[in-house]
Amino acid sequence: MARKNRQVQTDEPVVLMQHVNKWFGQFHVLRDINLRVAKGERIVVCGPSGSGKSTLIRCLNRLEQHQQGDIHVHGIELNNDVKNIDEIRREVGMVFQHFNLFPHLSILENCMLAPIWVRKTPRAEAEKTAMHFLTRVKIPEQAHKYPGQLSGGQQQRVAIARALCMQPQLMLFDEPTSALDPEMIKEVLDTMVELAEDGMTMICVTHEMGFARKVADRVIFMDEGQIIEQNEPEAFFSAPKSDRTKLFLSQILGH
Amino acid sequence: MRQTDKSDPRSTSSISSDAYVRETEAPYLPPPPSEVGIKGWLYNNIFQSMSDFSSPAASMRSLLVAMFTVFVFYFFATQLYGLVDFALLSAVWSDADGVKRQACWTVEQGGSLPEGWHGACWPYIFAKTKFILFGAYPLEDLWRVKTTYLVGSLLLVWVLIEPLPYRKLASLLLLVVFPMFATLMLTGGGFGYSQTTVGLYTLLGLALITLRRLGIAGRLTGVFSDLASVSGIAGWTLIFIAAFMAIIGHDFGLTNIDTRDWGGLLITLVVAITAIVASLPLGILLALGRRSQMPIARTLSIVFIEFWRGVPLITVLFMASVMIPLFMPEGVNFDSLLRALIGVTLWQSAYMAEVIRGGLQAIDKGQYEAADAMGLTYWQSMRLVILPQALKHVLPGIVNTVISVFKDTSLVSIVGIFDLLGATQSTLADAAWSSPVQSPTGYLVVASVFFFFCFGMSRYSIYLEKKLDRGH
Repeated sequence: MARKNRQVQTDEPVVLMQHVNKWFGQFHVLRDINLRVAKGERIVVCGPSGSGKSTLIRCLNRLEQHQQGDIHVHGIELNNDVKNIDEIRREVGMVFQHFNLFPHLSILENCMLAPIWVRKTPRAEAEKTAMHFLTRVKIPEQAHKYPGQLSGGQQQRVAIARALCMQPQLMLFDEPTSALDPEMIKEVLDTMVELAEDGMTMICVTHEMGFARKVADRVIFMDEGQIIEQNEPEAFFSAPKSDRTKLFLSQILGH
Repeated sequence: MRQTDKSDPRSTSSISSDAYVRETEAPYLPPPPSEVGIKGWLYNNIFQSMSDFSSPAASMRSLLVAMFTVFVFYFFATQLYGLVDFALLSAVWSDADGVKRQACWTVEQGGSLPEGWHGACWPYIFAKTKFILFGAYPLEDLWRVKTTYLVGSLLLVWVLIEPLPYRKLASLLLLVVFPMFATLMLTGGGFGYSQTTVGLYTLLGLALITLRRLGIAGRLTGVFSDLASVSGIAGWTLIFIAAFMAIIGHDFGLTNIDTRDWGGLLITLVVAITAIVASLPLGILLALGRRSQMPIARTLSIVFIEFWRGVPLITVLFMASVMIPLFMPEGVNFDSLLRALIGVTLWQSAYMAEVIRGGLQAIDKGQYEAADAMGLTYWQSMRLVILPQALKHVLPGIVNTVISVFKDTSLVSIVGIFDLLGATQSTLADAAWSSPVQSPTGYLVVASVFFFFCFGMSRYSIYLEKKLDRGH
């Protein structure tokens, strides 16, 4: 419902990948990737393991370096210039499979670290922002605990809040629910759905097809380092075009 | 929560069928008496292993364990009694008649103590206390050492005790101001370094800090931006050196005390503290360098670590005291204590680096990635994310190294610097106090002092480990 009254601006793409290639040693992991993500768009990337989907989104904030092709994020070219990389990383939030919260810092400090040191936000203001986003992911009462004292689902929600505290233009999710116990997946997905409804530009690598159906504007299917197919979720799930997509969907939805 | 009714829960339900499903709530019961209290502790920790007499073999084992336990208790009790008896009960405490060594002689040896007497000769230690603590440091200037000790210990307490306020300020004072103060007080200062040198260092330091500021502001590109990332540390180090030279160069009217007159515990503390404090930051830099992506930094770190780790400390000290003067131009006198200090520090930092590298390796890759992804710079992510965790992981290893170097400082006595052990040993040569118990008493004092410091460090590290525990 929220999807209908949201306008997708198509003039300036948030992500633009042109003919991107990447190798791990001899292994060609990304093959001629072309992708354009508009502001406010929600993309779900799926595909079998080893298909390069995580590598794809990790190239967008230089956790991995691509060797050929152009990547523009938020209009900034991603090259070897440290200044550009830092600028892009300020605008791109990332949520990891294993949360990667900083265990020696409290939940609140986790959320304040980057705003204070990267954005040079005054401490009081950073704390206010952190509490705002912790409230949004529904765990303000845990602010003074340490990550080790929280459940997996709570930790992942903190990780989302931590990324949001930098007020990013784009959020990357790298299999955010894959390391969670089944009963905790829902709380994280609910948080992500709310985020999507607020109009955040998102690229999610996930196997949660229910989530894809519910919020994605586009589903991208990758296999062996290539984008095999992309479509709106309805069409993607009901009428997949390629055989590889059909096979994948039958395996993932079959059980 | 505990139910108090006396009925046995087992009797109310039947266990006859295989599929046993509880029909009533099982009561919470207190643990059996054999598990709690002194009796429980004694049983679990001592008597449990010797109370099984169900078969001949088990009885045999129980008896053996019992005998061994009694033997161990007996052994430690006699050892402990021997030590207490020697140090306290049988010890001679005063030399009221001023007869020196004869105060600690038995009748047969010409003194007044009973035959077979064996105890500590404390008057000998009292007479040598000044030498054991300060070496040949002039008496009229001892107040300078004592003031330094006092200021140092107060600052240390301020930094280490949790509830005290302004601990960051105290750390700054202890790590930056105190070294200058201590050097000035102990040596006397007035070395008169040229104003140009000090000024040059200051300017260079300021230039590097400015470069760093520009780097942060993002006004630099390429090589300069890489340089800027480390120039902050380098700049502040230079400023520190300049300030250091300015202060110890200035003549405050204190008499110069040659380091050859220093000795005893003073030397031990100066060498140990310098090596410990300087080796930690050096070790961190070397460990980061060894894990760096930059080939030059990595190679240099590896060469440095492997060289210093591959050479015994005794060799390092000999090199420092014999070889370095050979390479120095005629007339340049490079203080022998300073040479030893540099040698011990570099040697120690190689060990420290490897301990810290172990900690860095234990940090999950995801921590680095999360720090990178949120846009922290390399030094920020090291300082705020990686090092706090890595150092905490290897705290036992760091303290191990620190304790080890504290004791290794004794080796400086082979190059003619008299540390606690060396100074005490040299008092053993004093015939005025010669007696059969002279050397046991002296070595007991040395061992106790070393134990006091090392045990203190060990306990503090355990306190720190508990304090830093985040329950993960």
